[in-house]
Amino acid sequence: MSETTVAKKTKYLNPYIGGVLLGLVLLAANFVAGRGLGASGAIKSTIVGAATVIAPEASEKSAFVSEFRESHEGNPMKTWLVFQMLGVIVGGFLSGALAGRLKIKVEHSPKITSRKRLLLALGGGVLFGFGSQLGRGCTSGSALSGMAVLSLGGFVTMMAIFGTAFAMAYFFRKNWI
Amino acid sequence: MGPLAVNEIISENTNLFLAFLIGIGFGFVLEQSGFSSSRKLAGIFYGYDAVVLKVFFTAAITAMLGLLFFSLFGWIDLDLVYVNPTYLTSAIAGGVIMGLGFIMGGYCPGTSFCGASIGKIDALVFIGGLFIGVLIFGLGYKLWEGMYLAKFLGFPKVSESLGLSDGVFALILIIAALGMFWAAEWAEKKFQREEY
Repeated sequence: MSETTVAKKTKYLNPYIGGVLLGLVLLAANFVAGRGLGASGAIKSTIVGAATVIAPEASEKSAFVSEFRESHEGNPMKTWLVFQMLGVIVGGFLSGALAGRLKIKVEHSPKITSRKRLLLALGGGVLFGFGSQLGRGCTSGSALSGMAVLSLGGFVTMMAIFGTAFAMAYFFRKNWI
Repeated sequence: MGPLAVNEIISENTNLFLAFLIGIGFGFVLEQSGFSSSRKLAGIFYGYDAVVLKVFFTAAITAMLGLLFFSLFGWIDLDLVYVNPTYLTSAIAGGVIMGLGFIMGGYCPGTSFCGASIGKIDALVFIGGLFIGVLIFGLGYKLWEGMYLAKFLGFPKVSESLGLSDGVFALILIIAALGMFWAAEWAEKKFQREEY
């Protein structure tokens, strides 16, 4: 085995060890806060917070905002997931810095242009953002955290996310392989 | 004892501070595992890199077993832990839309923040898309409210739905995961790629 192969193989953490560590982080979240991890919830908080500032009257009439308000008192930005997501940005940055992976770039397959990659990323983001609201949480909040507490909905959402991505993979193959 | 915040053993502000620390752990582990790279994440759908499956299922099982044992030892009251509600229609429809977003965009929300934190511009654009998607859902809420609230089943556990105890279900899930890990290792060899 050449040196470069060795370097490539040791680039990332062993996935099973990474999984155990991620599981312990999720366990800690449940032990501390009585809830799992999440990501899309922090975006919802930001949207609700911004809407309240920019258009206070219109947002008061919005069922989307009032539904959020019922389960979250006070400032929408002072919520658990917002602080957790700020931590994710710091944690990701620290890990990237330690591993020498900090680099500003558009990552894409050599077969497609940066522009195409960015358009697909934008479209994928819009769909994922919309789907995460309909599904009451994304891969973290609904699928992973839901599975840990044996939620039926969590398992259903997990299967729908991965099942659809597998089913559609053929049509998007040129963007990845 | 646990959950600490629900039992008011720690204050609200301590809870938020711990959320920040837990988030650091979350982001650090995601990045260390390679979840900051969309091409690595998408690998599961083409077989050349199954890191998503391995990390995801190992994590779910670790946390699930941890909660079951913590409950057994009396360290946590599972009745006070949030269990996601099940609205069958929106769980499936939302999941299908997210799956499409995943294969198009190569990220999910958590991993996109992780990718953006190390400088991936495609991840940053994905995050921009997330905000637009959530905003569209909020603005048009009345249009899909019916679908959002349809087929509410309460807060059922998957083990109950299958008529199994939590422990037996956990064991079955572990065996299924081992089978998937074996398939993943096989696929990574068969569909191996040098550079991505």
